[in-house]
Amino acid sequence: MNKTVNQKAWFLVLPVVALVAFNAIIPLMTVVNYSVQESFGDNAFFWSGVMWFEQILRSSRFHDALGRQLFFTCMILLIEVPLGVMIALSMPRKGGWVPVCLILMALPLLIPWNVVGAMWNIFALPDIGLLGRTLNHLGFDYNFTRQPEDAWFTLILMDVWHWTSLVVLLAYAGLVSIPDAYYQAAKIDGAGAWAIFRHIQLPKMKRVLTIAVLLRFMDSFNVYTELSVLTGGGPGNSTTLLSIDLVKIALGQFDLGPAAAMSLIYFLIILLLSWVFYSLMMRNEEQ
Amino acid sequence: MRRLKFLLPLIYIVFLMLPIYWLLNMSFKNTNEILGSFTLWPQTFTLENYVTIFTDPTWYMGYVNSIIYVVINTVLSVAVALPAAYAFSRYRFLGDKHLFFWLLTNRMAPAAVFALPFFQLYSAVGLFDTHLAIALAHTLFNIPLAVWILEGFMSGVPKELDETAYVDGYSFLRFFTRIFMPTIAAGIGVAAFFCFMFSWVELLLAKTLTAVAAKPIAAIMTRTASTSGYELGLLAAAGVLTIIPGAFVIYFVRNYIAKGFALGRV
Amino acid sequence: MAKIILDDLRHSYVANPVSDADWALKQLDIAWDDGGAYALLGPSGCGKTTLLNIISGLLRPTRGRVIFDGKDVTDLAPDQRHIAQVFQFPVVYDTMTVYDNLAFPLRNRGVAEAVVDTRVRTIADMLDLTATLDRRASGLTADGKQKISLGRGLVREDVNVIMFDEPLTVIDPHLKWQLRSKLKELHQRVGATMIYVTHDQTEALTFADQVVVMKDGEVVQIGTPVDLFERPQHVFVGHFIGSPGMNVLPCSVDNGQVRIGGCAIETANGAAWSAGAGSADRPGGLELGIRPEFIHFAEDGVPVTVTKVTDVGRFKIVSTRFEEHAIKLLVTDGQPIPTESAHLAFDRNQARVYENGWVVPAEAAA
Repeated sequence: MNKTVNQKAWFLVLPVVALVAFNAIIPLMTVVNYSVQESFGDNAFFWSGVMWFEQILRSSRFHDALGRQLFFTCMILLIEVPLGVMIALSMPRKGGWVPVCLILMALPLLIPWNVVGAMWNIFALPDIGLLGRTLNHLGFDYNFTRQPEDAWFTLILMDVWHWTSLVVLLAYAGLVSIPDAYYQAAKIDGAGAWAIFRHIQLPKMKRVLTIAVLLRFMDSFNVYTELSVLTGGGPGNSTTLLSIDLVKIALGQFDLGPAAAMSLIYFLIILLLSWVFYSLMMRNEEQ
Repeated sequence: MRRLKFLLPLIYIVFLMLPIYWLLNMSFKNTNEILGSFTLWPQTFTLENYVTIFTDPTWYMGYVNSIIYVVINTVLSVAVALPAAYAFSRYRFLGDKHLFFWLLTNRMAPAAVFALPFFQLYSAVGLFDTHLAIALAHTLFNIPLAVWILEGFMSGVPKELDETAYVDGYSFLRFFTRIFMPTIAAGIGVAAFFCFMFSWVELLLAKTLTAVAAKPIAAIMTRTASTSGYELGLLAAAGVLTIIPGAFVIYFVRNYIAKGFALGRV
Repeated sequence: MAKIILDDLRHSYVANPVSDADWALKQLDIAWDDGGAYALLGPSGCGKTTLLNIISGLLRPTRGRVIFDGKDVTDLAPDQRHIAQVFQFPVVYDTMTVYDNLAFPLRNRGVAEAVVDTRVRTIADMLDLTATLDRRASGLTADGKQKISLGRGLVREDVNVIMFDEPLTVIDPHLKWQLRSKLKELHQRVGATMIYVTHDQTEALTFADQVVVMKDGEVVQIGTPVDLFERPQHVFVGHFIGSPGMNVLPCSVDNGQVRIGGCAIETANGAAWSAGAGSADRPGGLELGIRPEFIHFAEDGVPVTVTKVTDVGRFKIVSTRFEEHAIKLLVTDGQPIPTESAHLAFDRNQARVYENGWVVPAEAAA
C-alpha cells in the first residue's frame, strides 16, 4: 500500500498513545524510581544507584529462577510447536468436522487461567484426581505436591494442554490458505509427502509459525497464574519461575527496591529476545 | 493408512476434554463423595454446588463483575484501536514504526512487573476496586493486540475505497463508520474476540486491583480454595461456569477462527 | 506425445445426479490427435476446467474412460499419466531457485544429475530463462513464474500432453501476446500435444489448430478457427466467437422461403428445412444467424434505421434497428453510412437458419 505522509495522523493515534502511556509510562517510571532507591521505612528514600541491580544480578536466587524459566520456555517451545504443526497437518483441509474440531480445540484457550490451574490441580491430585490416581495405579510414584520432577511434569503437561491449540489454530490457518493448485502441481511433479511439506507447506506456514513462536515465547516468560494455582512455585521453590519470584518479592515482601530492579531486568530480557524475534519476522516479510 | 492420519487430532481432542470432564464430574458430587471415594461419574448426583453459586451473591456477583469489566475493556480497546490502526495502515508519519514497535512491547510486558505499580497507580487516582480499573489496566495489553490485528485487516482494503468516498463527498467520520467499518467487520470481530479472551482469562492484575466491590470470579475462586474446608465440588462448579461464556464466544466466531488466527495477514 | 480419446465421458460433482443440471459434463466423445494444439473454449462454468482435470487425472470421471494411445488411464494417478499442467496462477516452489524448480520433476523420478542438467539448460534456453537460473523463483514476475511452471512440464521427456488452464489470467496485458507467441513457438518446436483451456476467444483462436467450444458441459462444436467463424454449428458459437458476435433474429420458414418479419431472405440452408424434420418432439424456435461481416448496405433489402455508429479503427460497427430487433454490421473505413433509414442485404452463403440453436443441415436428412 502506498502510504502518504501525513503528520496529522498523530491525532488518530493519540487516544491509543494516551491510554497505553498512562498504563505503561507512569508505572514504569515508578519502577525505575524504586529500583535506584533504598527505603528505610516511613517513606524515607535514598539514592542507591545500581545497588539493587547488582544485588539481583548476583543473587543465586535470581539465577535459579531465570534458569528454571529458560528451561521451561525451551521445553514448551520444543513440544508445543512441532506438536501443534503435526496436528494441523493431520487435520482435513475441508469438511463438516473441521469447525467442530476447531471449536473443541479452542476451548482451553478461553478458560480463565486460575481455573486452568485449579482444574489441573484437582486432575493431578494423587488420591482423588483422575491423572494422579491413574499414574499411581500404573506403578509410578506420583505426587506433584511433594516431588519436584512430578511438579515439573505436571506443569509442562498443563501448559501443553493449555496452549498447543494456539499453535494448531495458527498453523492450520496458514495451511488452508494454500491453494489446491499447489498440491495438484506437486502431484503432477511426482513429489512425495516429505517434499510437499518441505517445499510447499512449511514455507507458506513460516509467517504464522513465527507469530506462534513469538507469542508462545513471550507468554511463557510471563506465566504466572496457572502455575501459581497449580504448585504455588513448589514444592519448595522447584517450580518458582521468574514471575512467581517477582510477585513474591513485590507483593509478598514489599521489598520495593529489589522488586523494581528485578522487574526491569526481567522486562529487558523479554524485550531483547522479543526484539530479536520481531526483527527476524520483519526481515522475512521483506524478502 | 489415510484414515490413521485423523487419529492424531482425535486423540488430541480427547486429551483436551479429559480435565474438563473431570471438573464436570467433580462439580456434580458432594464433598463427602469427592474426598471419600474415587468414581468416574457421580454416584450421588447433586446440583447443590451450582445452587450455591446461583443464590449466593458473593459467588454470582463475581461473574457479573468479570463480565462487566471484560465488556468495558473490549469496547474501549477496539474503539481507540480503530482510528490508530487506520493511521498506521494508511499514513506514514514521524516515528510511526517506532510507535508501532513500542505498542507491541507492551503486549510483551509481564503482568507481574506491573502488579505493584498498578496497585499504587490506581489507588492514587482513586480507582482501586472498580471495574474501570481492571478494564483500563487490561488495555495495556489489549490495545496493542487490537491495533496489530486491525491494521492487518485494514491493509487488505485498498486505499482506492477511501479515495472514492472522499470524492463522493463523505466526511471522514461518515466514511469510517458507514463504509470502512463494515468492510473490515471480520477484523473487528477477531480483535474483539482476542480482547475478550485476554481480559476474561487474566487473573493477576484483576486480583491485585480489586478488594470487594469489583472482585472478579477468578479471585473469589482462589479465595475459596485457600480457606479451610477445601470445597472442591463448589470450586469445580464455579470453574465449569467460567468455561461457558468462553464456549459461547467461540461458537459465535467459529467461522472466523481459522481466518482470524492468521491475524488477517496470511 | 499421445493420441487422446475421451470415451462416453460424464461427470457429476453431486453424489446421486438426477437431473440434467446435476451433471457438470453431460456426454463427451472426443478424439485428439497426437501433437496437435487444441483449445477448449467456453464461458465460465461450462465444464472446461472439469474436463481438463479429468484428463490430467486430478479428477476421476463419474462415467466413461480416458484413453492415452490406446491405453486406458482412467484409474491412473496424475504422475503416472505423464502429463504436465500449467495453472491459472503461477505455481512455483518459492524457496528453490529457478534451476531447482525446473529440475524438481526429474529429480523426483530419480534421473541422473548430468541428464537433469542438460535438460534444464535446454528448456531454460527455450523459454529465455537462462539468465535467471540461479535466482530464487519467488523473485520473478508473474510471466516468469508461468514460464517456470511451463518449464517444469517440458523438462520431462515422457510427457504425453501439456495442459494449460487459463494460464494468462494473471499476466500483464502487454505481456500476454508475448507469452502466447512463445507458446505457439514451443508447440512447433516440441511437438507435444497441447490442450489450452480459456474463455478468451483470441487466445483460443490464435493458439489452436482445432478448437472445442463448450457450453453447459457439452461440446457445441469442434473445428478449426476458420470453421467456427464461417460455419458456426450453433447459435452459441456464433455469439461467442467474433467481435461483435453473430446477429441472431427470429424467423419463419414457409415453403422453403425464409422470412424475418415480413422480409424474405435468401439463406444457405433455408430450403432444406421442413417442419417436423427430425424435431418432432422439440417445439421449433427458428432463428436466422448472420455475422456482421457478411451484411452490407444496399438499395433494397431489409429496411432498418441506423441507431449508432461505433468507430473501432479499421472499420465501424453500425447498429441498426429492424422492427424490434437490433442488427449490427461492419463497414470498412471510407465507405458511406446512411444516417437515417437504409436497407441491408445479407450474403446468402453466410446466412443460416438455426432450429433450437442448432444449424439446420443444408441437405435434409434422408
